[in-house]
Amino acid sequence: MIRILRQIFRTGIVTEPVPEDISPEVFEVGEQLKKVIWKRFHRSLTIRQVDAGSCNGCELEIHAMNNVYYNCERFGIHFTASPRFADVLLVTGPVSHNMEIALRRTYNATPAPKIVVAVGDCGCNGGIFGESYASLGGIDKVIPVDLQIPGCPPTPMDLLQGLLRVMDKMGKG
Amino acid sequence: MREMFDALNTAIGKEARFFGPDFEAPVLSCVVPKERFYDVARAMKKIDAMLAAEWATDESRLGKGFGIYACYRLRSQYLIVRTDLSADDPTFPSITKRYVPAYRFERQIESLMGLTPVGHPDTRPWIKFEDWPTDAWPLRKTFDASKRMPRVKGKYAWISFEGEGIYEIPVGPVHAGIIEPGHFRFQAVGEHVMHLETRLGYVHKGIEKKFEELSWIEGARLAGRVSGDTTVAHSLAYCMALESMTGCTPPPRAQWLRALFLERERIANHIGDLGAICNDVAFTFILYQNMRLKEMIVRTNRTLFGHRFMMDRVVPGGVSADIDSKGIKEIEDQLDYVSDEFERLVLVLDDNASLEDRTRDTAIMSKEMAMDLGMAGFVARASGLDLDCRKHHPFPPYDRLNIKVPVLMAGDVHARVWVRVEEIRESFRLIREILKSLPDGPIASPIKLPKRVATGFAAVEGWRGEIIYWLQAGPAGEVNRCMVRDPSSICWLGLEQSVPFGNIVPDFPVCNKSFNQSYSGNDL
Repeated sequence: MIRILRQIFRTGIVTEPVPEDISPEVFEVGEQLKKVIWKRFHRSLTIRQVDAGSCNGCELEIHAMNNVYYNCERFGIHFTASPRFADVLLVTGPVSHNMEIALRRTYNATPAPKIVVAVGDCGCNGGIFGESYASLGGIDKVIPVDLQIPGCPPTPMDLLQGLLRVMDKMGKG
Repeated sequence: MREMFDALNTAIGKEARFFGPDFEAPVLSCVVPKERFYDVARAMKKIDAMLAAEWATDESRLGKGFGIYACYRLRSQYLIVRTDLSADDPTFPSITKRYVPAYRFERQIESLMGLTPVGHPDTRPWIKFEDWPTDAWPLRKTFDASKRMPRVKGKYAWISFEGEGIYEIPVGPVHAGIIEPGHFRFQAVGEHVMHLETRLGYVHKGIEKKFEELSWIEGARLAGRVSGDTTVAHSLAYCMALESMTGCTPPPRAQWLRALFLERERIANHIGDLGAICNDVAFTFILYQNMRLKEMIVRTNRTLFGHRFMMDRVVPGGVSADIDSKGIKEIEDQLDYVSDEFERLVLVLDDNASLEDRTRDTAIMSKEMAMDLGMAGFVARASGLDLDCRKHHPFPPYDRLNIKVPVLMAGDVHARVWVRVEEIRESFRLIREILKSLPDGPIASPIKLPKRVATGFAAVEGWRGEIIYWLQAGPAGEVNRCMVRDPSSICWLGLEQSVPFGNIVPDFPVCNKSFNQSYSGNDL
């Protein structure tokens, strides 16, 4: 136990003094995001991530949003296990033929406002997999998409900024 | 090599025609008559060779019917056995009775190429779903891959148990966490798992077919996206297979840089997985600490090589990112810090009784089972099999690095954790050594593309295990077939077999995480 405590104190809080190259950026984006989330979603934005056929690259970066550097929970963003509790579906693609039905069902299980964010180049337009017998292309081929976050894969920073843009859009819309 | 050669000779004598290794077949290969295909499998099993992969090709463009290939491995040697099928008799003898891994390979061959394995105990499709048209065989040349497939009615025959108190738990394809989709179906009594059936194929994106549409050079990008967490190892295996086909040797500096990328990928993934395993037994301290170390590593990847996972940094003929003395210093400094922090965390890991209680004797894979199931990578090494292509089938620069491969006997979650701890330590050492002896010179050499029928083969030890690529060029040098074998194609079966009897449903997440196989790499 003493080792755990010592390691915790040695590590300190990594989130605040994040490395200089992007720390102001994380903070600025996050603070803006927090304001919108507080106003629009009563302090918490709940995300359900759906892999509709991705290579797992985007998933690694979505995971990274939860690490101590980005710590997206401090802005009120957290991930849920069920689409029934979700405000946002964060969908990675391309949508495979074999995942199409599951994706539709997940979408149908999500309560309004059902914000759908397509993540990654493949989620936006099918990427290198394009459209074929097994890949239907971008997420918008199957369910309506509110925002796209391109990148192969998008960095955690891109993802946070993308979520801010979607909130902005909701605020105006 | 002698041993496999002799075993084959004793089994079928002069009926096997040997060729290779040369540019046309970079590993020892032989053609056998169809009715002898099973006898070869029996002979190989007798000398304890493992089945690394089995696949089929449509060779109509080469003026032939279909080809069935089985790739055997005995310690450091690979042997590819081919048999030709005529187009009007698309059947071949199943070798599943001798080799368990063939169970899924052959179902996949039947599903995607439409060739029937005679004598296979399970005729259900694999990867192909029940709602595909029955005559949709995407890997055949006659199949139009550009069109969407219609859906037909069909039902998948799940294995189900009957009896008092037995119930079924379906899980997936959309899981609770941020992970890839797949379906697990448990038959349980109380909390005890009686049977687990895995169904994969949800992320089938038609990768093998897509390779045939792309040029050889574009193929490297696609290979880097077969499994996003293993992007370096996959693009490396693809590039090495292409280079073996065309006789291209990358410059020494490129070879050493490739090894550097590969080891960095191994460290990042192993550290992340150790955290995730601890998280699955509610020890989140290690998760957050390890995610911090992983983030530091991927950030350095970005500043030095331009991409957090080093995607597209391995290209045919070499690499596309170089490193200067400042970069070397940066990696070395970070390595000192990360390895120091890691050792502190290992002490905590070792010190925690409740963690040990959850991981010991959980999801045991015995050595015999691992042999039978033909396991690869760290899963095999945690079950007492000394397998690592970096050591047994070394490609430069690994032939000059003296690699220590950790092997543990217990085969449980605990062993899979500790094998990875040891591998991380070894990779720290390897990176230091690589940086010390990094030769000067160019980082890529021009690559000639194939102009006629040729095949390429490469096996690379990614962080999950041995990745195999087998490429075949058609008459004009175009891509005729690109076979991808991620370790997941065999290790998923290991998870399925090690969970039932003795494990409870709530332990499944940690069992699964300790294997952490790729869905995308399996489904292709």
